Amino acid sequence: MRAPTERHTIAVLVDNEAGVLARVVGLFSGRGYNIESLTVAEVDHAAHTSRVTVVTSGTPEVIEQIEAQLRRLVPVHSVVNWTTAAPGIEREMALVKVAGTGDKRAEAQRISAIFRAHIVDTTHNSFVFEITGAPEKIDNFVDLMRPLGLVDVSRTGVAAISRGPEAM
Amino acid sequence: MVLVTSGPGATNAVTGLTDALLDSIPLVVICGQVATHLIGTDAFQEADTVGITRACTKHNWLVKDVADLPRVMHEAFQIATTGRPGPVVIDIPKDVQFKKGAYIGPASVKHRTYRVKSDPDLGQIVKAIELMAAAKKPLFYTGGGIVNSGPVASKLLRELAALTGFPVTSTLMGLGAFPASDPQWLGLVGMHGTYEANQAMHDCDLMICLGARFDDRVTGKIDLFSPGSKKIHLDVDPSQINKNVRVDVPIVADATKALKEMLHFWKTQKKQVDKAALKDWWKQIDLWRGKKSLDYKQSSTLIKPQYAIDRLYELTRGRNVYITTEVGQHQMWAAQRFKFEEPNRWMTSGGLGTMGYGLPAAVGVQMAHRDALVIDIAGEASVQMTMQEMSTAVQYDLPIKVFILNNEYMGMVRQWQQLLHGGRYSHSYSEALPDFVKLAEAYGGVGLRASTPDELDAKIIEMIDSPKPVLFDVRVDPKENCYPMIPSGKAHNEMILSDAMEEETVVSDEGKMLV
Ligand SMILES: Cc1ncc(C[n+]2csc(CCOP(=O)(O)OP(=O)(O)O)c2C)c(N)n1
Ligand SMILES: [Mg+2]
Repeated sequence: MRAPTERHTIAVLVDNEAGVLARVVGLFSGRGYNIESLTVAEVDHAAHTSRVTVVTSGTPEVIEQIEAQLRRLVPVHSVVNWTTAAPGIEREMALVKVAGTGDKRAEAQRISAIFRAHIVDTTHNSFVFEITGAPEKIDNFVDLMRPLGLVDVSRTGVAAISRGPEAM
Repeated sequence: MVLVTSGPGATNAVTGLTDALLDSIPLVVICGQVATHLIGTDAFQEADTVGITRACTKHNWLVKDVADLPRVMHEAFQIATTGRPGPVVIDIPKDVQFKKGAYIGPASVKHRTYRVKSDPDLGQIVKAIELMAAAKKPLFYTGGGIVNSGPVASKLLRELAALTGFPVTSTLMGLGAFPASDPQWLGLVGMHGTYEANQAMHDCDLMICLGARFDDRVTGKIDLFSPGSKKIHLDVDPSQINKNVRVDVPIVADATKALKEMLHFWKTQKKQVDKAALKDWWKQIDLWRGKKSLDYKQSSTLIKPQYAIDRLYELTRGRNVYITTEVGQHQMWAAQRFKFEEPNRWMTSGGLGTMGYGLPAAVGVQMAHRDALVIDIAGEASVQMTMQEMSTAVQYDLPIKVFILNNEYMGMVRQWQQLLHGGRYSHSYSEALPDFVKLAEAYGGVGLRASTPDELDAKIIEMIDSPKPVLFDVRVDPKENCYPMIPSGKAHNEMILSDAMEEETVVSDEGKMLV
């Protein structure tokens, strides 16, 4: 009996050296792990460290292996599982383009207000919304926009951080 | 240390790198690369070497600035040789090679992220020895980690085994860490391991895994693996813990340090084994030993491959011998039958199973041990993959001995085609083998051949006494299979032995898929 798969958000603090992202991504593809989303950017320009946040899924055993394998990569400073180790805050940002006129356009604007999305670009027959929140919230928003003229979505993937005063 | 040229040199190194990665062998490979301004332009002999080798190295570097070179060099040696050893690649563009830079010594290099945990957690050590004292059917399952940790680890293992009286088995990579002449030695474990070793793995109530990694060739079908045992797992690489098999007491540490602590606590806490239970356990083991699972039918006309290895062992006994192998049946027979008393005497391709490993490995070993007797126990197919290294052996006056168990087949493939594919043999017979005697002579070495059992001994002695590299074509029974064997998809207590085997199909359809 295999345990059911779970979704986990894992943060990896790495030295920002050439090819480091390829190492992280190659580890996932080489060992057959899932990547649901991935974000990466330098977080400390002076120390040249980058933070990679990966949302992955697997059985608890697989998740344990993923963490162990990530720690084994030479340029990795630390690995934290925000789903199990420390309860964290997760946010994702999306830019959502909706085209339409009349009632549909009005409805899109009305829903965007409920979701606290900002309108960052507008023409007579389109909006670009900027929406931030948990990935599920963005999923819901995108689903609601679909019948209202959804034409394009760009998502950042998840960024995560712990609650309280400590660093990862 | 390996030096290769850019492009094809680097791509040729990929198999060796992967081999070293799987067997935890420290290797520093320095590759040439095209000049920095040509990188990315599909230049002559350009390859994305760090890209290609990323998945088969512990770490790799492209050095674009000569100022980084001393730091990278020191880091490379540190990473390759410490913790779980492994291969690294340093890719150096041609313009960087020509530049001058200031040298800095290793002492001034501290890696920003790489850390090794080598000291054991003493709480775990205490838990381990408590389980050992309570065990009724214990077993040491040892691996290449003991060899890699250094000769002291083998000494400590012997001490711990002597102190407890527990039986010992080992993976392919761990052979020699525990002496094969010791009565507590059960022989090789796994797919072609002995009956007693595999039965003991299955039935034990405490498995003490020291520097091994529960590889699929060792465990057989994982859901049926040693169902009733508690498991202690010592490994320097934390990612091995709970990877294939869930364990009760993980110990992440260098084997030497952990074994030292185990011995220390065992002695200071005055631990005793359960003598009565251990006696029953040994009684059971002796029954299993009674199966004599390595026995084979001797022939008066054909050289049996097992016989050839037994004679090689007997006639080289007491000498300073190092054995390397190729991959296939001959490798398994060597592992089963050649008796190693010391670590680092046995060099084989375990995790990757790389045909062609043995001859160049023998060249390397002979280079390191000029006066030793270095023998590659080879198959006629494998040895042709790297035969050109005979020329290296002749050039550098390295008198390696290549002991070819020539069965004219890729025997291991033929055996599987017989067992898994209903005897539909395909491309496993070599119809155009070279004349190995002439080949040896062509290289400037010595060629020998034996075709009957009665001429074997004299030829082996001739091989040993030859001051030159030798190719010895030992014509063995072409149809011999390697037993015992745990067929794919089966458990340790479902091994097949030589007589039981011959005609039935024992591999389930599910097992055939597993290979
Ligand atoms: C490079 C490589 N190719 C293919 C294989 C698959 N393989 C494993 S054993 C074997 C046959 C080896 O034949 P031989 O060297 O004659 O050894 P024997 O089994 O006959 O003793 C093959 C093809 C391998 N392990 N390595
Ligand atoms: Mg053969």
